[in-house]
Amino acid sequence: MKIIVFVKQVPDSAASVAVEDGKVTWGDAPLVINPWDEYAVEAALALTEAHGGDVVAISMGSEDAKEALKHSLAMGCAEAILINDPAFAGADSAAAARILAAAAQKVGDADLVIFGKQAIDSDTGVSAAMTARVLGWPAITLVAAIDALDADAKTIQAQRAMEEGRQVVSSKLPAVLSIVKDYGEPRYPSFMGIRKASKAEIPMWSAADLGITAPEAVVSWPEIMSPPAREIANEIIEGGSPEEIAATLADKIMAEKVL
Amino acid sequence: MTNKVWVYVDQFKGEALPASWEAVTAGRDLADKMGTGLTAIVIGSGVEAIANTAIQYGADEVLLADDASLEDYRANPYTAVFAKAAADAAPDVVLFPTTSRGREVAAMAAIDLNTGVLVDVTAMETEGDAILATRPVYAGKLLCKVKCATRPQLVTLRVRSFGKPELDESRTGTTTAIDAVMAEDEIATKVLDYVDAGGGVSLSDANVIVSGGRGVSSNPAEAPADLSAEDQEIWKAHEGFRLIGELATVLGGAVGASRAAVDAKYIPYAHQVGQTGKVVSPDLYIASGISGAIQHLAGMRSSKVIVAINKDADAPIFKLARYGVVGDLYDIVPALTVALKERLGK
Ligand SMILES: Cc1cc2nc3c(=O)[nH]c(=O)nc-3n(C[C@H](O)[C@H](O)[C@H](O)COP(=O)(O)OP(=O)(O)OC[C@H]3O[C@@H](n4cnc5c(N)ncnc54)[C@H](O)[C@@H]3O)c2cc1C
Ligand SMILES: Nc1ncnc2c1ncn2[C@@H]1O[C@H](COP(=O)(O)O)[C@@H](O)[C@H]1O
Repeated sequence: MKIIVFVKQVPDSAASVAVEDGKVTWGDAPLVINPWDEYAVEAALALTEAHGGDVVAISMGSEDAKEALKHSLAMGCAEAILINDPAFAGADSAAAARILAAAAQKVGDADLVIFGKQAIDSDTGVSAAMTARVLGWPAITLVAAIDALDADAKTIQAQRAMEEGRQVVSSKLPAVLSIVKDYGEPRYPSFMGIRKASKAEIPMWSAADLGITAPEAVVSWPEIMSPPAREIANEIIEGGSPEEIAATLADKIMAEKVL
Repeated sequence: MTNKVWVYVDQFKGEALPASWEAVTAGRDLADKMGTGLTAIVIGSGVEAIANTAIQYGADEVLLADDASLEDYRANPYTAVFAKAAADAAPDVVLFPTTSRGREVAAMAAIDLNTGVLVDVTAMETEGDAILATRPVYAGKLLCKVKCATRPQLVTLRVRSFGKPELDESRTGTTTAIDAVMAEDEIATKVLDYVDAGGGVSLSDANVIVSGGRGVSSNPAEAPADLSAEDQEIWKAHEGFRLIGELATVLGGAVGASRAAVDAKYIPYAHQVGQTGKVVSPDLYIASGISGAIQHLAGMRSSKVIVAINKDADAPIFKLARYGVVGDLYDIVPALTVALKERLGK
């Protein structure tokens, strides 16, 4: 089996992100692999361990994004590729999906293309569905568990986490998946993996390598700003027994008229 | 079919999600502003009743795709129906609720219709037929204005961010049937079953959320001695979540949790609030035994009234809380349940 996993590099979730001169900054907070994508890498590795084959990790971004790829290699992916072209800089989600789909086509023969649920910088969560549509493959998004996979018959059965509970679906392969946290904790990079990753040569693919011209972006973001400061009057309720404190708090909550 | 504003109605087993009616309400507003009518599109099997309700919430016209092949949500056949209808009628704007299905259909249709999608929007302004939308990015640490140069502009609305829907039973409108587009043998996915269906945790829609964190394990009661250390901790935490559940029940709300509580197996992941859990904005959020890590705040900071109960006066959660109690949740939560029960006449 050949599995492609798409990983993105993002500022650490604990970073204090701000806007300075219209640009997003995160001080000296580290860039890390998008936390959701670690679950995607875990699922890809677990599937190849059970059914044979290799995982190729692909990221699109600046050369910084090599760190996310090295993390994927250290976890156990066999290969990593960076999609990097200045022409791709302003890509919106749909343009990005067309680029990622072209990369999946160039890798060729993939049985599964696996995404994280959402990138924690843009918070859009549409890439898996869009890329599936470009490829013309079925999308099984929000996968919480993979019940069965038949590499010969090329079928998969999985549970999707939806509002109402889990939807159990079967599908033909090749297919596109996105993985959610219920799947299970991602493994830590091994010592050997880290050594291998630090030495790995990561090839870079440009638009020309993919045989495409940069798809036009139609979504633009004319303004990015800090949210208006929220004035919150903090009131600590103290004095007396728990019952007295609870009574005061209950009166305050009732007065808010939210119940 | 000349209405320029559309709404996609998300439903499960013949019942529309409340967020769909929020989208219809926002769509009504937008249509009035743009001087056009409002079309709702309903896809499913046995969903006629939804069409009628959509009209009562503000739609002028409903496009109804009611077919056995659309019984269960599947991305491809649903997208095919929507994208064909939208390609035929060329609306300027389509609003979707940001539910798992709404987001997915919008994303896929954007590819089919060669347009863009503005995801998880919390506010909209209009310039003629153009939408300037506001959406949180970086887990709400920043806000971004976004717009789409092509038509239709596909916009998914964050749940509980637009006005509350109001039903007007006297409203009338037209319903037009449309056909399924894919035949069953062209559809690569099959729905086999639902697990936990109905038992899902509806945090996003909840008006009140009572959450527990790692602090629930500091239960003064002794756990049974024959349990392992880990199980003793879980035993203690379950008691805390039982108390939290009682308070939530009295308030007609849902139970949330921090990631620390989920990771320690005190409660299933479906309850997790935060950056890698659910993003919620209830009218009342009560955090007990939660410190207020930035990733937790990312999921609940837009709640209207926040109450924090924590032993540690320096816990960061207090900075965001309208009301705080420095104390033991095992004392305060049950007492609060009693006090509110009394005031609510329950
Ligand atoms: C990539 C990433 C993503 C993350 N995503 C999320 C997310 O989605 N959601 C999330 O919540 N976290 C998330 N986290 C984890 C987050 O950083 C914190 O570790 C977590 O929120 C801490 O949970 P907590 O507040 O329950 O635990 P703690 O920080 O341990 O706090 C427990 C609190 O309980 C108090 N306490 C103890 N006993 C009592 C008592 N008897 N009565 C009252 N108070 C008591 C203590 O004073 C303390 O403040 C994420 C982290 C990372 C790195
Ligand atoms: N630039 C990128 N490079 C590689 N993968 C990406 C990129 N952007 C998004 N993805 C993948 O798409 C998923 C969803 O991202 P998004 O739709 O942007 O929220 C992520 O979890 C990644 O798996």
